Amino acid sequence: MTDGAANQKSMTIIVTKGTLDWAYPPFILATTAAAMGVNTTMFFTFYGLGLLLKKMDLKISTLGNPAMKMPMMGMHMSMPNWMSTIPGIDSMASSMMKNMIKKKGVASIEELREMAIEADVKMIACQMTLDLFEIKKEDLIDGPILGGAATWVDNAVRSDINLYI
Amino acid sequence: MADKTLDAKGLNCPLPILKTKKMLNDVPQGGTLEVLATDPGSVADMASFCRTTGNELVESTKDGDTFRFIIKRA
Repeated sequence: MTDGAANQKSMTIIVTKGTLDWAYPPFILATTAAAMGVNTTMFFTFYGLGLLLKKMDLKISTLGNPAMKMPMMGMHMSMPNWMSTIPGIDSMASSMMKNMIKKKGVASIEELREMAIEADVKMIACQMTLDLFEIKKEDLIDGPILGGAATWVDNAVRSDINLYI
Repeated sequence: MADKTLDAKGLNCPLPILKTKKMLNDVPQGGTLEVLATDPGSVADMASFCRTTGNELVESTKDGDTFRFIIKRA
């Protein structure tokens, strides 16, 4: 294994979105990179910060995802933006998605987050976002350090890969 | 016979890779890990994982719906 080798690669991910669908790419990439020996840092800001809350109840939004199609009764049902005005539609779409996730052997975000912590993925919670949305540090899981843009830049200038999600 | 076997059948990306990495830690250097998976994406992923981590993918075969990988720990 090349873990800890002098030429170890590193990656940072800026996590800005907090819906169920947007939560997957950063956690999948971070856990996989860590498993492949890449030193990984995640910077959680704006709605992405919600992914560090102890209690997550992630939902998807039918608004702004015009390409979303759900498999239903052997076909694919599209979810055009006007549907987002139907009361309860986001909850319905969210539970459909969560059922699919379970059925298809896809990890939950809670599981992936746990695995990221286990794999020593470094997490930075954006202090400004905490202040802005009045979130207490006690509401977050243990582990993330508090920091701002400079903390990310400091990591980013020394990283091989920097992603914004 | 491999030193250890990981049954990752039914699991989807990235779980087969994450579990492979975890179990490789329990395999002695030069030892082998057998991984069974049903995720078709794991064929390319397992090769990439091995290339990046320096472990050797000794075998990558398919039997029905099951993919079988033998990884030799570097």
